Amino acid sequence: MTTPLRLDVRRSARGGESDFELSLDVPSDLDYVGPAVELIAERFSRGVLSPRRVRFNLRTALAEAIANAIAYGNHHDPRQVVQVRVEAGRQAVHIHVTDAGAGFDPAAVPDPRLPGRLEREDGRGLFVLRSLVDHVAFNAAGNSICLTLRAG
Amino acid sequence: MSFSLTKDKRGVVVVGVDGQLIVGNRQDLKQKVLDALEAGARKFVIDFTKTGYIDSSGLGVLVSLSKKIREQGGDLRLAGLNEDLQTLFELTKLDTLFSITKTPAEALAAF
Repeated sequence: MTTPLRLDVRRSARGGESDFELSLDVPSDLDYVGPAVELIAERFSRGVLSPRRVRFNLRTALAEAIANAIAYGNHHDPRQVVQVRVEAGRQAVHIHVTDAGAGFDPAAVPDPRLPGRLEREDGRGLFVLRSLVDHVAFNAAGNSICLTLRAG
Repeated sequence: MSFSLTKDKRGVVVVGVDGQLIVGNRQDLKQKVLDALEAGARKFVIDFTKTGYIDSSGLGVLVSLSKKIREQGGDLRLAGLNEDLQTLFELTKLDTLFSITKTPAEALAAF
Protein backbone atom coordinates (compact mmCIF):
# COMPACT_ATOMS: atom_id res chain seq x y z
CA MET A 1 0.00 0.00 0.00
CA THR A 2 1.39 3.43 -0.88
CA THR A 3 1.12 5.42 2.28
CA PRO A 4 0.36 9.08 2.84
CA LEU A 5 1.58 8.68 6.42
CA ARG A 6 4.31 11.18 7.29
CA LEU A 7 5.80 11.03 10.73
CA ASP A 8 7.11 14.34 12.02
CA VAL A 9 9.94 13.87 14.55
CA ARG A 10 11.28 16.64 16.75
CA ARG A 11 13.90 16.53 19.46
CA SER A 12 12.64 18.25 22.59
CA ALA A 13 14.30 21.48 23.69
CA ARG A 14 15.45 19.69 26.84
CA GLY A 15 17.82 17.62 24.72
CA GLY A 16 18.58 14.07 25.79
CA GLU A 17 18.23 11.04 23.57
CA SER A 18 14.95 9.89 25.09
CA ASP A 19 13.24 13.29 24.79
CA PHE A 20 11.37 13.71 21.54
CA GLU A 21 8.00 14.50 20.06
CA LEU A 22 6.25 12.73 17.22
CA SER A 23 3.22 13.83 15.27
CA LEU A 24 1.29 11.94 12.66
CA ASP A 25 -1.97 12.52 10.81
CA VAL A 26 -3.77 9.26 10.03
CA PRO A 27 -6.47 9.17 7.32
CA SER A 28 -9.83 7.84 8.51
CA ASP A 29 -9.34 4.40 6.99
CA LEU A 30 -8.76 1.36 9.22
CA ASP A 31 -6.15 0.00 6.79
CA TYR A 32 -3.78 2.69 8.06
CA VAL A 33 -3.94 1.60 11.70
CA GLY A 34 -1.26 -1.10 11.43
CA PRO A 35 1.22 1.01 9.40
CA ALA A 36 0.68 4.03 11.71
CA VAL A 37 1.37 1.87 14.78
CA GLU A 38 4.60 0.54 13.24
CA LEU A 39 5.84 4.02 12.24
CA ILE A 40 5.51 5.21 15.84
CA ALA A 41 6.65 2.00 17.57
CA GLU A 42 9.87 1.93 15.50
CA ARG A 43 10.91 5.16 17.24
CA PHE A 44 10.93 3.27 20.56
CA SER A 45 13.35 0.55 19.51
CA ARG A 46 15.52 1.56 22.45
CA GLY A 47 15.11 3.90 25.35
CA VAL A 48 12.33 4.77 27.70
CA LEU A 49 10.08 1.67 27.31
CA SER A 50 11.19 -1.96 27.56
CA PRO A 51 11.12 -3.98 24.29
CA ARG A 52 8.31 -6.11 25.71
CA ARG A 53 6.15 -3.08 26.50
CA VAL A 54 6.84 -1.61 23.07
CA ARG A 55 5.91 -4.90 21.39
CA PHE A 56 2.68 -5.35 23.28
CA ASN A 57 1.43 -2.44 25.42
CA LEU A 58 2.47 0.47 23.21
CA ARG A 59 1.45 -1.20 19.93
CA THR A 60 -1.91 -2.48 21.17
CA ALA A 61 -2.80 0.80 22.91
CA LEU A 62 -1.94 2.82 19.80
CA ALA A 63 -3.98 0.48 17.59
CA GLU A 64 -6.99 0.71 19.92
CA ALA A 65 -6.90 4.48 20.26
CA ILE A 66 -6.41 5.16 16.54
CA ALA A 67 -9.05 2.62 15.45
CA ASN A 68 -11.59 4.04 17.93
CA ALA A 69 -10.92 7.58 16.66
CA ILE A 70 -11.37 6.51 13.02
CA ALA A 71 -14.50 4.43 13.59
CA TYR A 72 -16.41 6.17 16.39
CA GLY A 73 -14.92 9.69 16.22
CA ASN A 74 -14.57 10.34 12.49
CA HIS A 75 -17.10 7.68 11.36
CA HIS A 76 -14.66 6.63 8.61
CA ASP A 77 -15.09 10.05 6.94
CA PRO A 78 -12.25 10.30 4.39
CA ARG A 79 -12.23 14.10 4.72
CA GLN A 80 -11.20 13.84 8.38
CA VAL A 81 -7.89 12.77 9.91
CA VAL A 82 -6.92 11.42 13.30
CA GLN A 83 -4.13 13.43 14.91
CA VAL A 84 -1.58 11.48 16.91
CA ARG A 85 0.96 13.34 19.04
CA VAL A 86 3.51 11.52 21.17
CA GLU A 87 5.68 13.13 23.82
CA ALA A 88 8.51 10.89 24.97
CA GLY A 89 10.55 11.83 28.01
CA ARG A 90 12.79 10.06 30.49
CA GLN A 91 9.94 9.47 32.95
CA ALA A 92 7.03 8.64 30.68
CA VAL A 93 5.49 8.58 27.23
CA HIS A 94 2.29 10.55 26.64
CA ILE A 95 0.20 9.72 23.58
CA HIS A 96 -2.58 12.09 22.49
CA VAL A 97 -5.05 10.81 19.90
CA THR A 98 -7.60 13.34 18.68
CA ASP A 99 -10.47 12.95 16.24
CA ALA A 100 -12.82 15.45 14.61
CA GLY A 101 -15.94 13.96 16.19
CA ALA A 102 -18.35 15.26 18.79
CA GLY A 103 -16.80 13.18 21.57
CA PHE A 104 -18.38 10.62 23.87
CA ASP A 105 -18.84 9.90 27.56
CA PRO A 106 -16.32 7.21 28.52
CA ALA A 107 -18.20 6.57 31.79
CA ALA A 108 -21.21 5.41 29.76
CA VAL A 109 -19.31 2.53 28.11
CA PRO A 110 -20.48 -0.77 29.68
CA ASP A 111 -18.10 -3.37 31.11
CA PRO A 112 -17.42 -5.90 28.33
CA ARG A 113 -16.85 -8.66 30.91
CA LEU A 114 -20.51 -8.72 32.00
CA PRO A 115 -22.13 -12.09 31.23
CA GLY A 116 -24.53 -10.60 28.68
CA ARG A 117 -21.71 -8.83 26.85
CA LEU A 118 -18.93 -11.39 26.93
CA GLU A 119 -19.88 -13.02 23.63
CA ARG A 120 -20.31 -9.74 21.75
CA GLU A 121 -17.87 -9.02 18.96
CA ASP A 122 -17.26 -5.36 19.82
CA GLY A 123 -17.16 -3.05 22.84
CA ARG A 124 -13.80 -4.10 24.35
CA GLY A 125 -11.57 -1.30 23.01
CA LEU A 126 -11.69 1.13 25.90
CA PHE A 127 -11.43 -1.65 28.49
CA VAL A 128 -8.35 -3.09 26.76
CA LEU A 129 -6.81 0.38 26.53
CA ARG A 130 -7.27 1.02 30.22
CA SER A 131 -5.61 -2.26 31.13
CA LEU A 132 -2.56 -1.69 28.91
CA VAL A 133 -1.37 1.75 29.95
CA ASP A 134 -0.68 3.43 33.29
CA HIS A 135 -3.15 6.27 32.89
CA VAL A 136 -6.00 7.24 30.55
CA ALA A 137 -7.47 10.76 30.39
CA PHE A 138 -9.95 12.47 28.09
CA ASN A 139 -10.46 16.12 27.26
CA ALA A 140 -13.77 17.67 28.31
CA ALA A 141 -15.31 17.23 24.86
CA GLY A 142 -14.40 13.55 24.78
CA ASN A 143 -12.77 13.63 21.32
CA SER A 144 -9.17 13.47 22.54
CA ILE A 145 -7.64 10.71 24.63
CA CYS A 146 -4.29 10.92 26.43
CA LEU A 147 -2.53 7.67 27.26
CA THR A 148 0.42 7.59 29.63
CA LEU A 149 3.00 4.82 29.78
CA ARG A 150 5.51 5.27 32.56
CA ALA A 151 9.17 4.52 31.79
CA GLY A 152 10.27 0.91 32.15
CA MET B 1 1.71 -9.95 8.69
CA SER B 2 -0.14 -12.88 7.27
CA PHE B 3 -2.17 -15.95 8.01
CA SER B 4 -1.15 -19.47 7.06
CA LEU B 5 -3.59 -22.37 6.90
CA THR B 6 -2.51 -25.98 7.15
CA LYS B 7 -4.60 -29.09 7.54
CA ASP B 8 -3.38 -32.18 9.35
CA LYS B 9 -4.30 -35.67 8.18
CA ARG B 10 -7.30 -35.81 10.49
CA GLY B 11 -8.65 -32.62 8.92
CA VAL B 12 -7.84 -30.22 11.78
CA VAL B 13 -7.13 -26.77 10.37
CA VAL B 14 -4.25 -24.88 11.99
CA VAL B 15 -4.17 -21.15 11.33
CA GLY B 16 -0.90 -19.35 12.11
CA VAL B 17 -1.07 -15.62 12.86
CA ASP B 18 2.20 -13.99 11.87
CA GLY B 19 2.65 -10.45 13.24
CA GLN B 20 -0.61 -9.01 14.48
CA LEU B 21 -4.33 -9.62 14.50
CA ILE B 22 -5.93 -6.19 14.41
CA VAL B 23 -8.68 -4.09 12.90
CA GLY B 24 -6.88 -3.85 9.53
CA ASN B 25 -6.52 -7.59 8.85
CA ARG B 26 -9.19 -9.33 10.94
CA GLN B 27 -11.59 -9.67 7.98
CA ASP B 28 -8.90 -11.57 6.12
CA LEU B 29 -8.60 -14.11 8.96
CA LYS B 30 -12.38 -14.32 9.30
CA GLN B 31 -12.84 -15.03 5.59
CA LYS B 32 -10.12 -17.70 5.50
CA VAL B 33 -11.63 -19.56 8.46
CA LEU B 34 -15.20 -19.22 7.17
CA ASP B 35 -14.11 -20.54 3.75
CA ALA B 36 -12.59 -23.60 5.44
CA LEU B 37 -15.76 -24.04 7.52
CA GLU B 38 -17.85 -23.81 4.36
CA ALA B 39 -15.61 -26.43 2.76
CA GLY B 40 -16.42 -28.84 5.58
CA ALA B 41 -13.68 -28.33 8.19
CA ARG B 42 -14.99 -28.40 11.77
CA LYS B 43 -11.89 -28.47 13.98
CA PHE B 44 -9.71 -25.38 14.15
CA VAL B 45 -6.60 -24.32 16.05
CA ILE B 46 -5.39 -20.74 15.89
CA ASP B 47 -1.66 -20.61 16.58
CA PHE B 48 -0.37 -17.36 18.10
CA THR B 49 3.24 -18.49 18.53
CA LYS B 50 4.43 -15.80 16.07
CA THR B 51 1.96 -13.08 17.10
CA GLY B 52 3.14 -9.76 18.49
CA TYR B 53 -0.15 -8.17 19.43
CA ILE B 54 -3.93 -8.52 19.18
CA ASP B 55 -6.32 -5.59 19.56
CA SER B 56 -9.94 -5.66 20.67
CA SER B 57 -11.14 -6.09 17.07
CA GLY B 58 -8.92 -9.15 16.82
CA LEU B 59 -10.43 -10.50 20.04
CA GLY B 60 -13.88 -9.74 18.65
CA VAL B 61 -13.29 -11.69 15.46
CA LEU B 62 -12.18 -14.73 17.50
CA VAL B 63 -15.38 -14.54 19.56
CA SER B 64 -17.46 -14.35 16.40
CA LEU B 65 -15.62 -17.20 14.64
CA SER B 66 -15.86 -19.42 17.70
CA LYS B 67 -19.63 -18.90 17.76
CA LYS B 68 -20.01 -19.66 14.04
CA ILE B 69 -17.89 -22.80 14.30
CA ARG B 70 -19.84 -24.06 17.32
CA GLU B 71 -23.11 -23.47 15.45
CA GLN B 72 -21.84 -25.95 12.85
CA GLY B 73 -20.97 -28.49 15.53
CA GLY B 74 -17.26 -27.67 15.40
CA ASP B 75 -14.65 -26.39 17.82
CA LEU B 76 -12.08 -23.58 17.80
CA ARG B 77 -9.03 -23.74 20.06
CA LEU B 78 -6.32 -21.21 20.72
CA ALA B 79 -2.64 -22.00 21.27
CA GLY B 80 0.80 -20.44 21.64
CA LEU B 81 -0.21 -17.24 23.46
CA ASN B 82 2.72 -15.48 25.09
CA GLU B 83 2.39 -14.19 28.64
CA ASP B 84 1.09 -10.76 27.58
CA LEU B 85 -1.52 -12.17 25.23
CA GLN B 86 -2.60 -14.73 27.82
CA THR B 87 -3.07 -11.85 30.28
CA LEU B 88 -5.19 -9.99 27.71
CA PHE B 89 -7.54 -13.00 27.46
CA GLU B 90 -7.71 -13.28 31.26
CA LEU B 91 -8.41 -9.54 31.79
CA THR B 92 -11.25 -9.59 29.27
CA LYS B 93 -12.49 -12.93 30.69
CA LEU B 94 -12.28 -14.39 27.20
CA ASP B 95 -10.17 -17.20 28.67
CA THR B 96 -13.52 -18.53 29.96
CA LEU B 97 -14.92 -18.66 26.43
CA PHE B 98 -12.05 -20.47 24.69
CA SER B 99 -10.13 -23.64 25.16
CA ILE B 100 -6.51 -22.42 25.35
CA THR B 101 -3.40 -24.61 25.28
CA LYS B 102 0.29 -23.73 25.53
CA THR B 103 1.29 -25.22 22.18
CA PRO B 104 -0.50 -26.07 18.93
CA ALA B 105 0.61 -29.70 19.41
CA GLU B 106 -1.31 -29.87 22.69
CA ALA B 107 -4.40 -28.39 21.04
CA LEU B 108 -4.18 -30.95 18.22
CA ALA B 109 -3.70 -33.82 20.66
CA ALA B 110 -6.81 -32.74 22.59
CA PHE B 111 -9.11 -33.10 19.56
